[in-house]
Amino acid sequence: MMTRGFLPLLAIVAAGGIAALAWETDGFRVVTSAGARQLSIERNPVRLPDVRLVDQDGHAFSFSSYKGRPVLVDFIYTGCPTLCGVLGDDFHRVLQLMTGAGAGAPIDLLSISFDPQNDDRKALQLYGDRYGAKAPRWRIARPADERGLAELLQSFGVVVIPDGVGGFIHNSAVYLIDTRGRLARILDPDSPPRLFADALRASLP
Amino acid sequence: MRFSAAVGAWLILWLWPVRIALESDMAVHMILQVPLLIGIGLFVAIAVRPHEPHWLADADWLGIPGIVMVVFGTSFWMLPRALDGAVADPWMDAAKFLSLPLLVGLPLGLSWRRMPPLGRAFIWANFIPKLGAIGGLYLAAPARLCAYYRLDQQAVAGWTLIILAVVLGTLWFIVALVGRPAPGLRQLSVATPPIRAT
Repeated sequence: MMTRGFLPLLAIVAAGGIAALAWETDGFRVVTSAGARQLSIERNPVRLPDVRLVDQDGHAFSFSSYKGRPVLVDFIYTGCPTLCGVLGDDFHRVLQLMTGAGAGAPIDLLSISFDPQNDDRKALQLYGDRYGAKAPRWRIARPADERGLAELLQSFGVVVIPDGVGGFIHNSAVYLIDTRGRLARILDPDSPPRLFADALRASLP
Repeated sequence: MRFSAAVGAWLILWLWPVRIALESDMAVHMILQVPLLIGIGLFVAIAVRPHEPHWLADADWLGIPGIVMVVFGTSFWMLPRALDGAVADPWMDAAKFLSLPLLVGLPLGLSWRRMPPLGRAFIWANFIPKLGAIGGLYLAAPARLCAYYRLDQQAVAGWTLIILAVVLGTLWFIVALVGRPAPGLRQLSVATPPIRAT
């Protein structure tokens, strides 16, 4: 026989448990912190701090320089043996699609190094040459100072951890900045045509 | 005595260097720190068992509400996002340090004894494959599930979970089908003559 108080106690425990799981998975939609971040950005695009960056030609600029044009952003370090190469290839293919679409494709590419200690202008230039990147269409840049770097990583939600053999492990996402200069979407890097299409769609009014 | 030992162990785990050391590796975080925190809750359960209010013992019929709480609590802390949160956010880590002993270990210690053998068997039979499945998932995932852990750490965690599932499964199999080694068992094996090849 069921005892007194059993059903109320079970109901409280089950309700609390389901509520906790729903909260932690944003309503049973995500199980990873990267997924949660992706969902939250799509719902509420975030304003980015206007951090000063320096590109491969030594020119200083900031996100506000792009006003009115969507930008695809990735985070790299030029000493990266694995992932950044894939990211570089992806952006190279997006660049080809942009050129194929004529000079009219109103989008830009930006690769930001989170390793400004090793990535001087020369290193950024070499990385850019490897993938055919030319400023200002595709800038390879680094933050002008350490504080800017911390602000950038924080606002983009990029987590960089040491890989244990002198390099770094980091998010492999591509970030889409919309025409109003807000971080609007976090995209999977595996399909350059889709990256191109998403950026182009963001350029439409 | 048990209670203060549990609180002492809890405080040691909370100490900054210990906490950082146990959370710096995914496998150690999942397979050492989390079970230790649950174990502290079990100790607390033994200490408070004589003082358990009657209404609670009554309402926890067959230990069902308690074990449901345990299932929810352990599921929550198996989410990669929760694990990430515990590393990134001190408040989330504090929630882990409180919820694992009090909402998982404590109800487990109180409710387990009230459960019928079939209920216990059901929980074991669910828990062991779940460990193995999550381990397999970690190994099969091409990308990192936790932003704060490397892919190789994730693979180690996956293998450890699978090995743990195999070991627990084998032990449980032996206990379920052969029974615990009882005094009678030894007599039985002495009484049965070994089969000789002819």
